Amino acid sequence: MSWFIASLVFWICAWLLNIRLASSKASDTLAVRIIVPLLFGISILVLWEGLVRGFEVSQVILPAPSQIGATFAGSLETLWVDFQQTVLKGALRGFAIGAAAAFFTAILIDRSSFLTRGLLPIGNFVAALPIVGIAPILVNWFGFDWQSKAAVVVVMVFFPILVNTVQGLREADTMQRDLMRTYAAGYTQTLLKLRLPAAMPFIFNGLKIATTLALIGAIVAEYFGSPIRGMGFRISTGVGSLSIDLVWAEIAVAALAGSAFYGIVAFIEKRVTFWHPSQRG
Amino acid sequence: MRSVFPVLTVLAVIVGLWWAAVAPMNIRPALDIAERSGVAVVPEGSVTRRDVSVWRLMLDNRESIAIGYQLDRPRLPTPSQVGEEFWKTTGEMVAKGRAFSKRSLLYHSWITLRSTFWGFLLGTTFGILGAVAIVYSRVTDMSLMPWAIVSQTIPIVALAPMIIVLSNQVGIDGRGVPKAIISAYLCYFPVLVSMVKGLRSPTASELDLLKTYNASGGQSFWKLRLPASVPYLFAALKVGVAAALVGTIVGELPTGAISGLGARILIGDQFGTPLAIWSALFAAAILAGILVTLIDLIQRAVLPRMGFRT
Repeated sequence: MSWFIASLVFWICAWLLNIRLASSKASDTLAVRIIVPLLFGISILVLWEGLVRGFEVSQVILPAPSQIGATFAGSLETLWVDFQQTVLKGALRGFAIGAAAAFFTAILIDRSSFLTRGLLPIGNFVAALPIVGIAPILVNWFGFDWQSKAAVVVVMVFFPILVNTVQGLREADTMQRDLMRTYAAGYTQTLLKLRLPAAMPFIFNGLKIATTLALIGAIVAEYFGSPIRGMGFRISTGVGSLSIDLVWAEIAVAALAGSAFYGIVAFIEKRVTFWHPSQRG
Repeated sequence: MRSVFPVLTVLAVIVGLWWAAVAPMNIRPALDIAERSGVAVVPEGSVTRRDVSVWRLMLDNRESIAIGYQLDRPRLPTPSQVGEEFWKTTGEMVAKGRAFSKRSLLYHSWITLRSTFWGFLLGTTFGILGAVAIVYSRVTDMSLMPWAIVSQTIPIVALAPMIIVLSNQVGIDGRGVPKAIISAYLCYFPVLVSMVKGLRSPTASELDLLKTYNASGGQSFWKLRLPASVPYLFAALKVGVAAALVGTIVGELPTGAISGLGARILIGDQFGTPLAIWSALFAAAILAGILVTLIDLIQRAVLPRMGFRT
């Protein structure tokens, strides 16, 4: 019990410190912007640790963060193999194929206003569907290895990126297009120098949505059959054999991979769309 | 209305492509059946055929292609097969008066819909409360907002089995609660982000006007900030309800559930009945369409009455 009370006190102290930091004069500096959420995250972890130790929660129900950390450090090799299988092979390859396919399809259908009007509502609708459901079908078609996972990811990321790119390509207004015409710019020049750059904020919006979908797709597909490695495989068998600490270690890997993937795309976005009002801050 | 014709054309093209794809997808099992019933097949034996491309097989066995359109367990069913199966498990069951028998998709849709509803309600409530806390307290804004973004980059499916184990151990029977938690997890984020934007949308001059009226903090919330955020809320609800449905189905997939659309997909996979998977997928798509349309209709009824132009 004393563990729990101590962690609760820590949490309250951290919160009070955050209040002081947030209302201090330095609250707009980068350091405070990083410290405040970090302190909040750490205090949550401490609270979790205190809860597990204080009430002696069984390891089968909820392992403590320290134990998950120990398992994480102890089974780095397994985690790395799973990471390679699920993230590098399944999710990233599927993401690259799906994004490229969606991008070029968008440029193609953009040339015909008939196709745009026909495909945009359908694309919007499909983007809202629970596409993960096709995972068993695709696993059946493409076999158990990473190819089927990549296929699920391709289908999942295709429509959000397609819809966003098509919308982005319409972003350049008539004035700007007329200006390009007065410069005697052809279709390709207008596309490369005006419309694609103008579409970039939209394209990156689609890509950022797709990063999360890619990981979800790759993991769900592994629940329907996989070789004996991969994060989804380890999670579903770990739950069955009650090695819950390993499952949490996999979840930590998934969280890190997801955040890193999103962070990289957001970083590239910042570099590419530096001119956009939302990036100038 | 201008886009009805293009949409229908594109749909027709998609169905056409689907129909055409059935032949190459199903040619191998079709030839196996043809061979067993005594028809001459080039080349003989399913093992030797494994190395021949599907196009070559179709060219050499043109009269057997048709069998691929009537398989019981096709790799890719035809649109009409899916439609038939869908009708068999919905309309026909209703006609027989067994609309809610366990084999009816209506029953499974209802289970999924119920979890989606609770998840949606939970997620929306959390999203709105979180947004209010973030708008009114700087420390919440600084400590919660980054974690809200991180929470969406964590693939929820990894957590789904854990949530179910946890709620089982805590003593919650059934799968309704964990499914609702998973769908709330996916649904709260769009609501939170939009509501933060919406609650901050009143301009400084509007807020100043309320100050000159000597309005209290509560009054400026109920009379200005909240009404101003309603258009943002509806935009978020449309995204959120679709996300909640995805969450429920994801919650049903990896967990051995026995009822719900996700469970139908799972069971269809385990028993090798692709038609059941396809018709459950269509039911899920229709459900998503109905839910989004419903919110759109409410939005069209509410916003003009509040004085917004739509």
